[in-house]
Amino acid sequence: MAAPEPTPPPSVAAIFAGFFSVGIIGFGGVLPITRRMIVEQRKWMSGKDFTDILGLCQFLPGGNVINLAAAVGQRFRGIPGALAGLAGLMCAPMAIVIILGLLYSHFQDEPAVRRAFAGLAAAASGLIITMALKIAVPIRRDLPAVAVAVLTFAAIAWLRLPLLTTMAIMAPLGIAIAWRRAR
Amino acid sequence: MNNLIDLALLYGQLSLLAFGGGNTVLPEMQRQVVEHGWMTAAEFAALFALAQAAPGPNMLVSALVGLRVAGLPGAIIATLGMITPSSVLTMLCLHAWDRFRDAPWRKIVQAGIVPVTAGLFLAAALLIAQAADRSIPLALLTVAFAGLSFATKLHPLWLLAAGAGLGVIGAV
Repeated sequence: MAAPEPTPPPSVAAIFAGFFSVGIIGFGGVLPITRRMIVEQRKWMSGKDFTDILGLCQFLPGGNVINLAAAVGQRFRGIPGALAGLAGLMCAPMAIVIILGLLYSHFQDEPAVRRAFAGLAAAASGLIITMALKIAVPIRRDLPAVAVAVLTFAAIAWLRLPLLTTMAIMAPLGIAIAWRRAR
Repeated sequence: MNNLIDLALLYGQLSLLAFGGGNTVLPEMQRQVVEHGWMTAAEFAALFALAQAAPGPNMLVSALVGLRVAGLPGAIIATLGMITPSSVLTMLCLHAWDRFRDAPWRKIVQAGIVPVTAGLFLAAALLIAQAADRSIPLALLTVAFAGLSFATKLHPLWLLAAGAGLGVIGAV
């Protein structure tokens, strides 16, 4: 198969527009949509390059897609590109969620709204349980990993320790276990 | 003004602690907003649910917390606090990534963090569910929807809509 024609790097405006399209349609899982936009629709980079840059965004703290908007924007157009990616990604969802928030605080005492939100919150917590299980299930047979996960869980959910303290203890412990295993 | 500084400090810290994505810092967010006296855990769970029902990245609950605490400036400060530190870090590391991407220590660090992330995610799930499920029917709805979304590829929006609908008609 012939190599695809090299496409010129996207302009700052195109970076804004690309991430804007992701922000406005991305419900419950923006990552697959971002990949489709960058690799398949706009052909800014190959699937391999995308996976590579995503690896950095998942390695570092922060929202993965937010980091990705900054990294992809920077790769093509430096700091203006990164700002365009972040602004494009965030502006529409921010506006929508602020409008929803204002509506909610205005109507939250209506009995029907209260009941709707009780149901909505219960459903949303079901979804986060699913996300947690999808991360936890693959490590269930790995005893040291399970121990680290259980200790972290207990520190946060039961002892209610601050996250900074918990991370300062558990992250080195997890890494030490992974390091011993790699040797 | 003090609230804006508190919001910036809280979300700036959470941004750099969010290993494995935004949801891992939900317990800390909930703990701190309750400690500050900004809202109850149940109110936080409602804002989290509202953010899930909006499009975009799942960090938008920070905007809703900021909005509740300090109006529109609060929403903007909290969101900037959540995205700026991690984005700057990502941009600083972008060039170095080519060098350390394949380094053994990089893979070890990443593998070592996974169980911590799993523990944080499970804690987030439990604490959010505890705050949201004020009755037995609501708890049953959470468990049923967790099973449904785990076992099927049903779009999350359908489940959120169904939850809100069941709530309105008084079924839960």
